[in-house]
Amino acid sequence: MDAIMLQEKLVERLLCPRVRTARRKEKQYVGFATLPNQVHRKSVKKGFDFTLMVAGESGMGKSTLVNSLFLTDLYKDRKLLNAEERINQTVEIIKHTVDIEEKGVKLKLTIVDTPGFGDAVNNNECWKPITDYIDQQFEQYFRDESGLNRKNIQDNRVHCCLYFIPPFGHGLRPVDVEFMKALHEKVNVVPLIAKADCLTPNEIKKLKDRVREEIERFGIKVYQFPECDSDEDEEFKQLDKELKECCPLAVIGSNTVVEARGQRVRGRLYPWGIVEVENQSHCDFVKLRNMLIRSHMHDLKDVTCDVHYENYRAQCIQDMTSKLTHDNRMESPIPILPLSTPDVETDRLIKMKDEELARMQEMLNKMQQQIHDGKDQ
Amino acid sequence: CVFVVPEFPGLGHSGGGSTLLGYIGIDTIIEQMRKKTMKAGFDFNIMIVGHSGLGKSTLVNTLFKSQVSRWSSGWGSEHKIPKTVEIKAVSHVIEEGGVKMKLTVIDTPGFGDQINNENCWDPISKYINEQYEKFLKEEVNIARKKRIPDTRVHCCLYFISPTGHSLRQLDIEFMKHLSRVVNIIPVIAKSDTMTLDEKNEFKHRVRKELETHGIEYYPQNEFDDDMEDKNENDKIRETMPFAVVGSDKEFQVNGKRVLGRKTAWGVVEVENPNHCEFALLRDFLIRSHLQDLKEVTHNIHYETYRARRLNDNGGLHPISANNTQESNL
Repeated sequence: MDAIMLQEKLVERLLCPRVRTARRKEKQYVGFATLPNQVHRKSVKKGFDFTLMVAGESGMGKSTLVNSLFLTDLYKDRKLLNAEERINQTVEIIKHTVDIEEKGVKLKLTIVDTPGFGDAVNNNECWKPITDYIDQQFEQYFRDESGLNRKNIQDNRVHCCLYFIPPFGHGLRPVDVEFMKALHEKVNVVPLIAKADCLTPNEIKKLKDRVREEIERFGIKVYQFPECDSDEDEEFKQLDKELKECCPLAVIGSNTVVEARGQRVRGRLYPWGIVEVENQSHCDFVKLRNMLIRSHMHDLKDVTCDVHYENYRAQCIQDMTSKLTHDNRMESPIPILPLSTPDVETDRLIKMKDEELARMQEMLNKMQQQIHDGKDQ
Repeated sequence: CVFVVPEFPGLGHSGGGSTLLGYIGIDTIIEQMRKKTMKAGFDFNIMIVGHSGLGKSTLVNTLFKSQVSRWSSGWGSEHKIPKTVEIKAVSHVIEEGGVKMKLTVIDTPGFGDQINNENCWDPISKYINEQYEKFLKEEVNIARKKRIPDTRVHCCLYFISPTGHSLRQLDIEFMKHLSRVVNIIPVIAKSDTMTLDEKNEFKHRVRKELETHGIEYYPQNEFDDDMEDKNENDKIRETMPFAVVGSDKEFQVNGKRVLGRKTAWGVVEVENPNHCEFALLRDFLIRSHLQDLKEVTHNIHYETYRARRLNDNGGLHPISANNTQESNL
């Protein structure tokens, strides 16, 4: 009895006031309104996983930001390479996994790091190891999904890629544009302005406007926040609007704790002032954390599964079937994406008309020649 | 600037030299030289190299307290990255205390901005050598001009990106190729992105890397004339590369108007030695070593170039003003 009472109380909190008053009118109800709660409990038991990729040149503060976001120290054993050691280094892919638990919810977080990106003198195609890695994860999942034992599929697909744009430029550089274009159809790309504490508020605004304009101009499809449902409360809608207007987010990270305004906070101590990482008027770190973890984590995973993975899968299947069917255009059992296949009938008609036109032109020429000859005579 | 006239030696023995029986006035030659050079004016050519967005033009404007960068000459306000490295030289005449200086700022847009930056220093190297060649041709002429126009690059400010880790490959390649050809002064750009500790660590790492690669930045060790110079230059070398911040906007701080950058957490004062090393760079570059930069360029870098050219050609014949000789660079 107690458990049902507890569930009812939880349901009441979940449902909006309208239904609650309606329910009070009816004395009997079925009870499947507790479903969201059941789902919630089951998934809490199972735990969540999330794979985040960070990309950008070295020295952009990627590791520091990751540590700040997840309040961990994933990189404490890292040794920084000097320029000489980095001379022949190619782009590597390094994974760090950490299990975080908070209020009974377990999260298996995987951070995919890409050291070496953009550091060489010649950076042609330096994003190739990264795109290859993403494709590999998709391929792995595809195989598992099509396999026989599907109980314990490991989802290693990359759910989100944070791309760090240097604050020192006047906008996107060629390497930024090329990287994002290579990845925007494989993974959710979230561009960030790194080390934003070296910019004044005016400069940040100018840079954001510039980057937004260039993203649109080059046709880069960065991750779009989903539209709010119309029944969300005003506060949520307002937050969502603010978030959309702030993109790309200008962030600062810190591994150190400083004393500011009587409190101990994460920040950076300069001779001219203290930057607080979690102060919304200093940078967009809080917005990023809220977006990434508190509101859109699930959506990022959904978009990865429903859009990027499905695109990959469709492309994969298409490649496979086109190899099988070769030149034959027979109906394949596996549904292919509706492509604009050249219509055989129309082709034939066009060809016929062409031939007819050619014949008529020839006749016209002959007639003209005859008239011309006739005139001469 | 204040000019000190040395006291004339009185009657009697002076150490070593011949005893002067009266005051001749040899020392007034310094005053005569000063008058002449002031009349003639100086020229100074500074090149700024670094990838786009590191604040090069702002820093140069801040250094010379005037709008001397190319953006002020109406080159357009669009910061478009060119496809290849371009060399853009802009000259201004600035005057201070009766001294006129023709300052030429040579900008290198496009450096380090492409995806493939291999050999992007070639146009720069070519430009520098072309200026040496121009000077050499004038010098070797039969009918020489009284004052050869000096377009040689006296100083190259190289802007290091403040990543906080270490030098980038491109930085090392550039400095390796050009430190023997021109005076390179490395500076850490936009250094307000680093805290004091990070700055010191970064500088230390950069100096070590430069040493490992045998890159001699200005002031070079080998050109120190005497102990006094060496001591002074050693101190400077220990603090280089200077971590600078540039700004052309003024703000009110403690009742004074200072050049700086205003953020939500404070004002970065450009000329405050606790905030950044801009004042050090300015004093070093302009107030103490300006003439030395020109001398090293003329006596060492140019002479190296000249010797190489003369050896290559088996001797350069003096040419008249009409003939031109092909340079075999």
